[in-house]
Amino acid sequence: MEVDDTEEQKRLLCRFKSETGEPLGEMMDLPLDCTVEQLTLICNAILQQEEKVPYLFFVNDTEITKSLSHTLDVANLNTEGVVDIIYQQQAVFKVRPVTRCTSSMPGHAEAVISVSFSPDGKHLASGSGDTTVRFWDISTQCPYYTCKGHNNWVLCISWAPNSKKLASACKNGKIIIWDPETGKQIGKTMVGHKQWITSLCWEPYHSNPECRFLASSSKDGDIRIWDTVLCQTVQTISGHTKSVTVVRWGGSGLIYSASQDRTVKVWRANDGILCRTLEGHAHWVNTLALSTDYVLKIGCFDPVKDTNSDLKNKDPDTLKQFALDRYNNVIKAYGERLVSGSDDFTLFLWNPETDKKPLARLTGHQQLVNDVKFSPDGRILASASFDKSIKLWEGRTGKFICTLRGHVQAVYMIAFSADSRLMVSGSADSTLKLWNMKTRKLEIDLPGHADEVFAVDWSTDGLLVASGGKDKVLKLWQN
Amino acid sequence: MPQNEYIERHRKLYGRRLDYEERKRKKEAREPHKRSQVARSLRGIKAKIFNKQRRNEKIQMKKKIQAHEEKKTKKTTEKVAEGALPVYLLDRDVQSRAKVLSNMIKQKRKEKAGKWDVPIPKVRAQADSEVLKVIKSGKSKRKAWKRMVTKVTYVGEGFTRKPPKFERFIRPMALRFKKAHVTHPELKATFYLPIIGVKKNPSSPMFTSLGVITKGTVIEVNISELGLVTQAGKVVWGKYAQVTNNPENDGCINAVLLV
Repeated sequence: MEVDDTEEQKRLLCRFKSETGEPLGEMMDLPLDCTVEQLTLICNAILQQEEKVPYLFFVNDTEITKSLSHTLDVANLNTEGVVDIIYQQQAVFKVRPVTRCTSSMPGHAEAVISVSFSPDGKHLASGSGDTTVRFWDISTQCPYYTCKGHNNWVLCISWAPNSKKLASACKNGKIIIWDPETGKQIGKTMVGHKQWITSLCWEPYHSNPECRFLASSSKDGDIRIWDTVLCQTVQTISGHTKSVTVVRWGGSGLIYSASQDRTVKVWRANDGILCRTLEGHAHWVNTLALSTDYVLKIGCFDPVKDTNSDLKNKDPDTLKQFALDRYNNVIKAYGERLVSGSDDFTLFLWNPETDKKPLARLTGHQQLVNDVKFSPDGRILASASFDKSIKLWEGRTGKFICTLRGHVQAVYMIAFSADSRLMVSGSADSTLKLWNMKTRKLEIDLPGHADEVFAVDWSTDGLLVASGGKDKVLKLWQN
Repeated sequence: MPQNEYIERHRKLYGRRLDYEERKRKKEAREPHKRSQVARSLRGIKAKIFNKQRRNEKIQMKKKIQAHEEKKTKKTTEKVAEGALPVYLLDRDVQSRAKVLSNMIKQKRKEKAGKWDVPIPKVRAQADSEVLKVIKSGKSKRKAWKRMVTKVTYVGEGFTRKPPKFERFIRPMALRFKKAHVTHPELKATFYLPIIGVKKNPSSPMFTSLGVITKGTVIEVNISELGLVTQAGKVVWGKYAQVTNNPENDGCINAVLLV
């Protein structure tokens, strides 16, 4: 009892620090039994937030779950020193976990290969092996338009950041732009690639609000930049010696591409000059992810808060500024980070804007890494592998956090919710699984597909999850 | 015998006759007339042989013309290959995995009814006398209560034989099997899988309990290495298969998976 009494009286010199290391306010004397709620209150008060914002607190890289005394090693603590408490702001809104399948929409005559929600969260498109692209009505969960134009499997689709165009690419190397409002083709079919197209990526909204340029990577080893208005190739970037697997258009005017020739290359977007080659992988590089992926994807929209939903009434300059501000906000802390996953079972974390040396090499997977995603806030990194597991890493340092096991076959794709608190994964074992990022455990198992799940996407407003797979149906999942 | 290609040599040196081409053309033009002359004048077996030969020639001619015409017309519709794959699987040789075999509820219902849609619906019933051989026992071989199974059997892992006095059915070691060649009808691939048990021998329930495997018997096999999953995302490991050969004659068990 005596010991308890003394502990209650114990106080500690503390200082709040942001993730970047900027101290917040003055040092303060906090009692050791100070709880997370109390810390949050203090933090909100100092930062003068208008509405209450949730925070996570860390001391020496360990999260404070209950109170200070639970986290700190009280016995060995130097009470004279100052304890740095690092605070991380969480999303104000919460995405509710999806729990049930609200509709399975048949229509495609072949496997559904790609599924994607539009940045404004109002449209849903899917590409399939039956050579069509389909638009679906989200509110009634019905098919909307069937777009015929390709003559081979539609391998990848990508929404323009202003939600007014959808680009689709097929196995014959053709790219078509579609209008989601009418379901008609815009312009001509863009032909140029000699083999199938592996990925598509639009120019970021904040550098060009017109959404005119599109980058595509192909099996033939080239990256092409297209002018979607004139329907012409603006530039052909060649340099990779084997198939290019992914292309990403970064927010700072750089294009990142990963290839089966074991390298990741960084190009300048406006003239196509090679900036640097990132080497390190010992086998094919399968996937790339940027810490800014989510911000670049949603462009000028903020589907959760539902601002900017009406594009017509807004001035393009303010929208552009809005997108740019949000982008700067994300890169403020650590810049634009790139992670690459490979067939050599490892991932590399890069700082591609400045350095050609990797920041970290993330090892642990026992099979090839198929998909990597940053959480929207850029703090967590998730990698899906053919070894049936998903691994979580710290987005900043690449430190291993934990392994999520549960799938019985290869995990193909993962998608984060907009608030970074949940993640959904699709697998060859025909299920989707919903993981809680806070408890780092399986939240809900979502069976329903009759065969492998190839594509998963979480809508940008967080309400719906769409998934498609080999069983030819598109399923929508909802709370 | 001619020595060397002297005709060719001459031709190369001096060329052909000046009217060679014309004579050749005329000769060819005259050919059909000559041929019809022959055709009209032939009688009997010679006519038969001639006509047959002519007919074959005509068939070949028509085929050739057709082929040329097909070459000329462009094929506009190219079939799109089935079995679409996402980009990340295109460069990998994925073995075509079959669909998840029918869902579990249907499976349970079928199991209850004891009925399956089997590839071989009717099998010849095996008489007791065919499967079981009477073994005479006793000092003067007067007793005949012992039977030996003369067909292939599956005997479970932990089985121990009873003492001879109580052992009514002998299942010979040489005829015991642990694995079967199971064909997946959709994949059109065969796997060598361990047997889990004998589900039903249509000839008699006693054979089922004894584990006798004859043609048409439904056996349960361990398919976990095939990597099939249920709709709920669990690995399927036991699945039924029907035996399609006569194992006692062939020395192996061939079976078809029941989907």
